[in-house]
Amino acid sequence: MYRSHVLVCGGTGCTSSGSPQIIERLNDEIVKQGLQDEVAVIQTGCHGLCALGPIMIVYPDASFYSMVKVEDIPEIVSEHLLKGRVVTRLLYDETVTSGGVKALIDTDFYKKQHRVALRNCGVINPEVIDEYIGTGGYEALGKVLTEMTPDDVIQILLDSGLRGRGGGGFPTGLKWKLAKQNDADQKYVCCNADEGDPGAFMDRSVLEGDPHVVLEAMAIAGYAIGANQGYIYVRAEYPIAVDRLKIAIEQAREYNLLGKDIFGTGFDFDIDLRLGAGAFVCGEETALMTSIEGKRGEPRPRPPFPAQKGLFGKPTILNNVETYANIPQIILNGAEWFASMGTEKSKGTKVFALGGKIHNTGLVEIPMGTTLREVIEEIGGGIPNGKKFKAAQTGGPSGGCIPAEHFDIPIDYDNLISIGSMMGSGGLIVMDEDDCMVDIAKFFLEFTVEESCGKCTPCRVGTRRMLEILTKITKGQATMEDLDKLEELCYYIKNNSLCGLGQTAPNPVLSTLRYFRDEYEAHIKEKRCPAGVCKSLLSYVIDRDKCRGCTLCARNCPAGAIIGSVKNPHIIDAEKCVKCGACMEKCKFGAIVKK
Amino acid sequence: MKSLAELKAIREKMQNQVGLRAEDHNHTRVVVGMATCGIAAGARPVLTKLSQEVQERGLTDKVAVTQTGCIGLCQFEPIVEVMVPGEPKVTYIRMDAEKAVEVVNRHLIGGHVVEEYTLSSTDMK
Repeated sequence: MYRSHVLVCGGTGCTSSGSPQIIERLNDEIVKQGLQDEVAVIQTGCHGLCALGPIMIVYPDASFYSMVKVEDIPEIVSEHLLKGRVVTRLLYDETVTSGGVKALIDTDFYKKQHRVALRNCGVINPEVIDEYIGTGGYEALGKVLTEMTPDDVIQILLDSGLRGRGGGGFPTGLKWKLAKQNDADQKYVCCNADEGDPGAFMDRSVLEGDPHVVLEAMAIAGYAIGANQGYIYVRAEYPIAVDRLKIAIEQAREYNLLGKDIFGTGFDFDIDLRLGAGAFVCGEETALMTSIEGKRGEPRPRPPFPAQKGLFGKPTILNNVETYANIPQIILNGAEWFASMGTEKSKGTKVFALGGKIHNTGLVEIPMGTTLREVIEEIGGGIPNGKKFKAAQTGGPSGGCIPAEHFDIPIDYDNLISIGSMMGSGGLIVMDEDDCMVDIAKFFLEFTVEESCGKCTPCRVGTRRMLEILTKITKGQATMEDLDKLEELCYYIKNNSLCGLGQTAPNPVLSTLRYFRDEYEAHIKEKRCPAGVCKSLLSYVIDRDKCRGCTLCARNCPAGAIIGSVKNPHIIDAEKCVKCGACMEKCKFGAIVKK
Repeated sequence: MKSLAELKAIREKMQNQVGLRAEDHNHTRVVVGMATCGIAAGARPVLTKLSQEVQERGLTDKVAVTQTGCIGLCQFEPIVEVMVPGEPKVTYIRMDAEKAVEVVNRHLIGGHVVEEYTLSSTDMK
């Protein structure tokens, strides 16, 4: 029994900023000070504040150290762990106030959050099943198997209003009900852990921080629909998540929480992992199942839907990681508890991965209906360097941009669709005045062109043509007819593609056209990029009056494009200039301007 | 594992340990002086005993045991301060592991200050 627990984040973010070395040094120092029987070092999952990693929390006093360095460890051990003197200068600065140390739950980043799916992330050691059980883990499974019928389980989900967190927002209870109704000798429960949207990493964090919650929820699903086999399809690029899942499955089998005759009720359920090679299209349900079957991951037309004919031709349900992470809590706390959070048609909470031009990059879980303003300005800490908010991109390559005029819209499934974006899996990329919307649309199109599986023509050929037009626009070579053609192509691809990848691929273009048409037109008509991003349309010029002839720019130009002698105004040779902007950064007199 | 009872047993064993990681403004704080003077006078076994008792008795949702530095009364170390929200602070002096158990039983659980170990019981002027 330990008097103090030191929690160190072992999520992917903090691992890459050095948390394994921190843990090693901590253990060394603790032994050195003879504290090994008093203080336990525990590796946890993600705390959400990835920008400030590696993160370390000392309990019971809940001191939150951020950006911890290995060389800080001896001081923290001898001062804080031994003598109880918190090393204030190393704490997360938001928790330090003039009146003392503020609780983490009172900081702007955490106070508006409500953690349901991420409840255990950063709190328990994901590699120890007993810790999960200690927070009430597997009690929902026990309750379901001993006190509830499959119909009860489905009813509670229907009543809760839980909708799929992978992006589509289909009611989970209904999905289960349809699969239950189809009689078959074999059914399957699948988990979509093929998180592919650029910038989204909530599923990874759940798997890394609380893998058992997914196993438990899948077993509950198996009971509800009458399946005894589950598959988790997880991308191989998530090595930490894969390892922790393997450990979790192994431990659950040892405890017979997976396997035969669970809790002595006669219910059998087991789970296997399937690793994906990281193709974006495999996040689409039919492609995912085809990939589990061992074939090339390509989608197929629906119907038949997976609830009728899914994996290996048998009735199958497929839910996303975050969806599963909500389920044990709904079973234990009731449908009403869950439905009390959120908006009329979107219940509960949603996890967002904040990225882009925002202070607190990381993972946040908020009740549905929180406004974009609250997420960006309060939780996210606003936009750095005093820049102006331009738009937020949600839903990744399938979603769209939300402009400043919709800053106060409550975030839920239906509101986002009504303004031309979508929830998606929860990536939220913030853009400021320095981002060019045409360039953003082009970025996402490059992604879909790369990831299109090639099975259907509208997606394979259509997205490529779109990208060509976008490239022309960013080079200032397009005409207004091209813009019309681009728009027409968008609707054509949307209506004719086989699967979600193609059907949503034009969304980034359509939504930027809707809100930022003037930027497209500036590129075409005036051959100008208003944000100053598209290189072909830029030129750097030296203001003769401001230039002192210090030669600093010329010395830093990688292309040798700046000419001029000492103490005389310099000139940029537009032919040679590669538009890297190095000269502008170096100039001490503000003499170089971007046009 | 064959039954819910077994699951419950693990939960009970674990939840007080995991409960150490709770964050709550309403916690009673038990603070042990762990400066050099405290350590020299034997504060460490007091601290570990208190922490162990609080966890074993399932009090982690109400009580947090932490350390503090020197409060200037080195001659009275080991010192333990108990701060119940909304009540005046109680300072126990010259503590040892046995007295610590008594404080847990009578004060933290029973709600009665163990007067004979407090600072006010001495004739300090």
